[in-house]
Amino acid sequence: MTRHLRYLVPLGLFALLALLLMRGLSLDPKLVPSPLIGKPMPAFSLTRLENPQATLSDADLKGKVSILNVWATWCVSCRAEHQTLLQLVKSHQVNLYGLDYKDNRDDAQRWLQLLGNPYLANAFDENGRVGINWGVYGTPETFIMDKRGIIRHKHIGPLTPEVLSSEILPLIAKLEAEPQ
Amino acid sequence: MKHAVMWLLLGLLLGSPALHATTTLESYHFADHKEEQRFKDLIGQLRCLVCQNESLAASDADLAHDLRQEVYEMMLAGKSNKQVTDYLVQRYGDFVLYKPPLKPSTWLIWFGPFGVLLIALWLLLRAVRRQRNVPSTELSDAERKRVEEILQPRAGGDTRS
Repeated sequence: MTRHLRYLVPLGLFALLALLLMRGLSLDPKLVPSPLIGKPMPAFSLTRLENPQATLSDADLKGKVSILNVWATWCVSCRAEHQTLLQLVKSHQVNLYGLDYKDNRDDAQRWLQLLGNPYLANAFDENGRVGINWGVYGTPETFIMDKRGIIRHKHIGPLTPEVLSSEILPLIAKLEAEPQ
Repeated sequence: MKHAVMWLLLGLLLGSPALHATTTLESYHFADHKEEQRFKDLIGQLRCLVCQNESLAASDADLAHDLRQEVYEMMLAGKSNKQVTDYLVQRYGDFVLYKPPLKPSTWLIWFGPFGVLLIALWLLLRAVRRQRNVPSTELSDAERKRVEEILQPRAGGDTRS
């Protein structure tokens, strides 16, 4: 009996390899986990998109649960995401900030006038330096910070109603319940 | 003449990737050749996160351009290679390095192949040893004699065949 069992060894090895490769198929190599999660948000201080005389800095985002959405007018999927963001601020009390990444100020202002402005404020990152500091490698990206300013989550790619209800909103509710 | 054209085309074909690699680089100025080589080595070891199978040196993506600029400025500021790569790893993770660092989560990558080699050697040794233990196929003197007897044509001829 045991003599026959040894013929099953290659079959077992094959099954193991197949499982491993199958797992590989379901992973998206485009999603690079951010090493910044669990760390304080990188400091920044930029002019506001809406008003070049005013600044927006990391201090403005602290003391509350905040969302930073990285977007640009040249980013096609940001346009699709924009509707979701408008819906989000209409239906929920969230502190949504924007980082306008490597953009043209006039274009971006027009975008907000035309499509609506879901953001409390936007930082204008013209040369993308702040983006690099935050580990941004593609727009749109969305960071969620707790009340102490620690990055707790990063979503890569456009936010959709499904992502909001399954990931983002439960997380925000959890962070809101945490002490200051 | 025909040969000359062929060699010229071949030369162009082989030479073009190298040509391309240098033209995507912005014109950066370095104090000396050594620094320039250090820059080239550095951006060759770093991965562009947009087009993930290209290094910063080879990629024409916007982000790669920005990161090359970042690396260049850090070099000008006197940062060491380790400081530059650490800076990028802190923001983009180990994935930004083409060569994965040695740590518990990468032990499988680094030592796995040697492990497989050891297992293969062990299996090989076992197989060799087992073959050695097979009872000798040499015939004893008595057996040899009997074989010779059997093979020996009988004097009276074989009637059974």
